[in-house]
Parts: sequence; C-alpha cells; structure tokens
Amino acid sequence: MKLKGKVWKFKDNIDTDVIIPARYLNTSDPGELALHCMEDYDSEFIKKMERGDIFVAGNNFGCGSSREHAPIALKEAGVSCIIAKSFGRIFFRNAINIGLPIFESSEIFNETNQGDEIEVNTDSGSITNVTRGKVYKINPLPEFIQNIISLGGLKEYVKKEVKRRKLNV
Amino acid sequence: MGRTIVEKILAAHTDRKNFKVGEILNVRVDFVFGNDVTAPLAIKDFQNSGAKHVFDSDRIGLIPDHFTPNKDIKSAEQCKILRDFSRVEKIKHYFEVGKMGIEHALLPEQGLVLPGDVVVGADSHTPTSGALGAFATGVGSTDLGAIITLGEMWLKVPETIKFIYRGKLDKWVSGKDLILYTIGKIGVDGATYKVMEFCGEAIENLSMDNRFTMCNMAIEAGAKSGIIEPDKITLDYIKNRAKRPYKFYQSDSDAIYEKIIEYDVSEIEPQVAFPHLPENGRGISQVGEIKIDQAVIGSCTNGRIDDLRVAAKILQGKRVYPGVRLIVIPGTQDIYLQAVREGLVEIFISAGAAFSTPTCGPCIGGHMGVLAEGERAISTTNRNFVGRMGHPKSEVYLSSPAVAAASAIVGKIANPEEVI
Repeated sequence: MKLKGKVWKFKDNIDTDVIIPARYLNTSDPGELALHCMEDYDSEFIKKMERGDIFVAGNNFGCGSSREHAPIALKEAGVSCIIAKSFGRIFFRNAINIGLPIFESSEIFNETNQGDEIEVNTDSGSITNVTRGKVYKINPLPEFIQNIISLGGLKEYVKKEVKRRKLNV
Repeated sequence: MGRTIVEKILAAHTDRKNFKVGEILNVRVDFVFGNDVTAPLAIKDFQNSGAKHVFDSDRIGLIPDHFTPNKDIKSAEQCKILRDFSRVEKIKHYFEVGKMGIEHALLPEQGLVLPGDVVVGADSHTPTSGALGAFATGVGSTDLGAIITLGEMWLKVPETIKFIYRGKLDKWVSGKDLILYTIGKIGVDGATYKVMEFCGEAIENLSMDNRFTMCNMAIEAGAKSGIIEPDKITLDYIKNRAKRPYKFYQSDSDAIYEKIIEYDVSEIEPQVAFPHLPENGRGISQVGEIKIDQAVIGSCTNGRIDDLRVAAKILQGKRVYPGVRLIVIPGTQDIYLQAVREGLVEIFISAGAAFSTPTCGPCIGGHMGVLAEGERAISTTNRNFVGRMGHPKSEVYLSSPAVAAASAIVGKIANPEEVI
C-alpha cells in the first residue's frame, strides 16, 4: 500500500484525551468522533487538515486511555499514517487492530518539518520525505502482527479462527 | 534461569515452553471486561464474528460505569447495548446501576479477579488488579471483541522494572504519593511496554486499598501492567471474596529485570502533580499558593474505603471553604454502604460536600463535576491532561485523598498538617 500526504508535526505525549476528548465518548459512531478529532489541541484542526495527511510525533503518542475511539477518529478524519518516536502501548495495539498504519522512527521525527510531503510504502517498508528527497528504511513489524495486518486486521483474524475452531456451528 | 512473577503467570496460561522476553505469545484469559465506552464496539465485533456464543459467559464482566447513571440519551443507548447483550448471552457478571461500581474497584471487591490470573480489561486502568498478584492489562475494543469470542489474546512478553521502596512512610503519605513520586522520577513514558513490579518494606506494610492505587497508575508511566507479590495482606483481602481457585506466584531471587530502582520513602512528602501531565509531581512544600474551585475524591484510583476514611478524618467537624465544591464518590455500592455505616457520609455532608452514587463521572469530564473555562480542581483521580475534567482551559492537580480533603477546607492546595 502506498500513502502520500502532508505532515502535521507534534511534540511528545499527545494523549488520547486530546485526540478525542472523553466528553464525546457517549457515541461510537466514527463520523461523529472524527468531527471532534484533535479539538482540544486546535479547535479548527479538522477544518485545516486534508484527507491523507500524515502525523509525525515525538515520544509516547496516544498515551493514556484505552479508547479505540482515538485511532478510529484519526482514521475517519483522514489521517493516513502515524510515525512517532514511540507510542502508548494500547494505542499501538488499537491502531494495528483497526488497520491504521503506524511506524516507530526517531530519525524521521528529527529530520521532518511541519508541511513536508511524505510518501509511505507499507509493502517495501520505505518512507520517503519528498520535500527533502530522503528515503528511510523502517523496521518490519513482528511476523505475527504482519499476519494480522495481511488478514485485514484482528477482526478478520477472529472470523477465520471462529471457522477453524468450528465456533460457528 | 529465574523468572519474574509475570513470566510465571504467563507461562501458566500458554502452551509455549521456554519463551523469552520480547516474544509474542497467545495467552488464555481468566477474566475479561469492558464498560459503556469500550464494550459496544466489541459486542458488534462479536456479533459479526460468526461465533454462536461467547467463550465463557461466567468469565466476562460488563460494567456500565463511565457515563452512568445515564447522563444523556446517547449514553443510555450505549448502556442498553451492554444490557441487551448480557441478557441474550447470559453474561453472569453484568452490573446494573444500583449494583454497579467503578470496574477496577468492583471486580477485586467481588472476588472476580484473583491472584495468578491473566486479567484483561478494555480500560487503561486495568492494571489495578495487579495489586492482587495477577497479570492485569488494558486493551481497546477490538481486542475485547476478540477475547470475548476466543478467550485468548496475543501479547509480547514484557520486560519488568523492579521498584524497591525502603523505609517507613511519613504521616499523610499514601500509595498515591508513592506512585506520583515514582512517575515524577521516571516520566510518563518511563515504563512503556514494561511491567512495574512494586516491592520493599513500604509496600509490604501498605494496605490492599493503597496497593490498588499504586498499580492503578502504572499506565500513567506507560506500563503494560503493575504488580505486587501476594502476601498475608492479599490473603486476608481475598479469602472471603474469591469465587474461583487462585494461586500465589513469587518472583525468583535470580529473575532478570530490565532495571532495579530503589527509593527511600522516608524522604517522600505528600505529592501534587501539576497540569497537564501526571509526571509533574512536586512535594507539598513546593506547591505554593494555588486556589481551587473544586475538589474531587473518588475514581478507580482513590474511591475505596481507606480513601474515604482518611478524607473523613480530615473533614470531621470542618467546613468546605466558601465557593469551593467538594464532590465525594465511593467506588462501589459496598464501599458506599460501609461509608454510611461508619458515619463517614454524615461527616462529608455536614462539611458541605456532595456525595454521589458510584461513577467515573468527573474524572473524564463526563458528568457529576465538569469544570468551566479557567477553573481549577484538586482531584484524587489519575490524569490531568488538557480538557480531562472539562473545558480545555481548565486545570487538574492530582493528589491523595488527604491532600484533596485538606485543600477543600483551606480553599487552596494544602498540606493535611495545616488543618488537623
């Protein structure tokens, strides 16, 4: 899969309350959640961003709550990929489980500016900063996780296991 | 080679032998749960999975605690999904309003999570139950859906950091102060992906309620779990509660730790974490003059009977400062009833506090105490992120129940010593 977008750059410790404030968690509707994505960071954020935009963040992106509504809101708002120095562990699981591409890289964070154009090739594992003309190689995910992603996320893995274990009869 | 308590628990829940730190395992789950925010999505996933039934209707907890009693129509619809599903799937441990408590206070109290268990909850504060000597970790909704269907989950075997707390605690210093102090030292990503194992003289002498508080906030340092080896205090807590057999595990003396960190607790004073991160802790003597509009005592972190007792001791015969709102919320119905029987509720109400039915409410800026623009709260909850308790331009300071109670009397952040 190839993704291309403009970079939004964030500092360390962007928490899930900022990504989607808890006051909106009385719904699970992705469209409604997306309307309030990053609202407490910048109330105009959703108007300023464009579909396909890429987040580049510092340490501990998505720390805090287990709310899957956070990666869902980002994905539905049109964020195509997140590259951070590190992630909150539940956010990391949730993003993989819902099929939001997510990568760890300190190098890319250090060498990327707000507004740069980035191209991600999830198959070959390469990320290109088009603005600066630099190509980065990313560490492949563990095989078990790659398997989940190639099946189309954890939900599809579960469906397959339900059939294999005959839990559907 | 020796193993940590978490490695031993995981070994007892997987078919794999001789696994190493960093490897991915499929583990069997003893108890799994979700709430009114996280469970609706998981229930939809289960319904789309093709499975006839959940893996085990006795090992699933559904606890509507975040926006309950239903704060609005949308919340009511979310809770109805849990209620209807529980009826259809005969979920034994569904807790209706009136029986409901905050999940991380309720499940240990009801003997549903036990020493030696693998406990998975779709809520980040699930590590709370690690205080019983269980491996307890938080996940999101898709994982919850997978576990209620298959009864197992994938996880990476985590490294463990051992924290040794030496010495005796000063008066008014609690488990909350130890964990805020620790997060202040290692930072909000100081234990990311890792287990925090708490031990040492100060932990051995800590009550069960204070141990829960410490493990509850392991996630605020990014940890996968917090854990305390079970002992006599654990046994006294669970012996009349346990609904299933359980097992005590201990770390081997030659277990491998990623790091060992030691603190002398006699030097630790009551802590206050400044906005907007739990790592911004300061000793109470370094706080300065900070006026407050609201004080909250409650939540999965500090809504247990020990917490209410210490707050009542400070508030007895005193009045809440004019213009300050003190909101006290017990964690469960049993704690509520105990507080009534001990006369604590009368102390709170006489002091001018609001006393509520159990709910997560204000901790997430949901209801029961949302802050306006520019307002400031001292709170015994676990997070002080931007907008956590209400308006994005409001502020939350985190503390123990003792400091929150004293602050409510003085009208600004205060040392309990000032009012006793």
